[in-house]
Amino acid sequence: MKLQVSSNAARLLKFSLAAGVLVATSACSNVEPWVKPYERDRLADPIMFLEHDPVSASYMHHVYESREGARGAMGSVGGGCGCN
Amino acid sequence: MNNARFTLGLLLVLSAMLLADIARAAVLPEDRTDVMYHRYEGDNIAIEGPAVLIRKKLGKSVSVTGNYYVDMITSASIDVVTTASPYNEERTQYSVGVDYLRGGTMMSLGVTQSDENDFEARTYSLAISQNLFGDLTTVTLAYGLGDDVVGQVTDPTFAEDVSRQQYGIGISQILTRNLIMMMNLEGITDEGFLNNPYRQVRYLDDTGSSYSFQFERYPNTRTSGAASIGARYYLPYRAALHGEYRYFSDTWGIVANSYEIGYTHPWRDSLTFSARYRYYTQEQADFYADLFPRFDFQNFLARDKELSTFNSTTIRAGVAWDFGKEGIGFMDRGRLSLFWDRMLIDYDNFRDLRDTEALPGEERLFSLDADVIQLFVSFWY
Repeated sequence: MKLQVSSNAARLLKFSLAAGVLVATSACSNVEPWVKPYERDRLADPIMFLEHDPVSASYMHHVYESREGARGAMGSVGGGCGCN
Repeated sequence: MNNARFTLGLLLVLSAMLLADIARAAVLPEDRTDVMYHRYEGDNIAIEGPAVLIRKKLGKSVSVTGNYYVDMITSASIDVVTTASPYNEERTQYSVGVDYLRGGTMMSLGVTQSDENDFEARTYSLAISQNLFGDLTTVTLAYGLGDDVVGQVTDPTFAEDVSRQQYGIGISQILTRNLIMMMNLEGITDEGFLNNPYRQVRYLDDTGSSYSFQFERYPNTRTSGAASIGARYYLPYRAALHGEYRYFSDTWGIVANSYEIGYTHPWRDSLTFSARYRYYTQEQADFYADLFPRFDFQNFLARDKELSTFNSTTIRAGVAWDFGKEGIGFMDRGRLSLFWDRMLIDYDNFRDLRDTEALPGEERLFSLDADVIQLFVSFWY
């Protein structure tokens, strides 16, 4: 019996790259920020940090990835409010 | 190599953490040191050790980081007791990184080296992060390159290579004064010797009433894609609620979904309580089977329970205590944190071979409970 592997992941990867290029190129447009810097006090509260403890987040992701078949895109790769 | 899955997982995670560090782009990460004791215990496996993470700014544009991590493993897991012998081993890992900030752009480089008696891994990471739209949006692009060497304790001449590439895109977006959301896409490709040289699959003997073992055989390539979306919301009484969903699929046929929700609640000035619930479900790899019908039944063979069909629930309780807010020597403040996670995994097609009374393929299904403890102290300076 020969197995054929699926190409779902490859398609997702291509989609990811295309989405990234789209986002990167859209940076040229000039958007007025609807949440002003002085309105970001709550987002700057440490309880709103996407990963408050990097050493802990790293460890837990490690535990999950060793017990599960899935991997990647965990946690807050692009997180943060720019208001640290 | 018994720990290779842990190693690979951690290297992937560290690459992601490199990105997380630059998540708050346009400002360098805080100067901070964390010293942690971690312990995982479940299915007769105990993995414990220290972890140290140090970060320090050099001037206004550069921040450097160093990480030291150790896993000390004592294992008599279900795989070990049914097909091998209990063992002890240790893995040590070092990583260093540097972030460079220029305007709204952060560039990061990192390298990680992991060593154990039968597995060596090195990963290089590169990431660039840019703030856009009045700093409401942060876009991160990342690339990682890994080179591993798989060894075998019982055969010193055994050495096989694995190469790995990672591509990641992350976006965080401020939506309102109280709400921030994030999206991540990550593709990973592996090429080389991807199976565990020790693990075996079982197949039915000709009689049909007993079984034998042969070594696993995996494809030499794997490509996976994962996409996640999450949000964090500030509640009116100063607490935070967060949720996250992730979809995963790969060329081995694994499809997985995970869901997480969590709550953070500060109490008075010094304590912060947290709780989290996570549910994960997975469909098996195409070439996985608990019991193959005969020897060499197909070209690829696996009986790794992490490639089977299962679901997993993790519940967390955590507490953190802030201290020394007036300063401790040259430190600005400190925090002591304790997190306890309880993992419950139910396998749908991985059977417990210790059930010797049952016929092959009719043994009770295996399940696993694990406790994960993290105790760490953090200092800001």
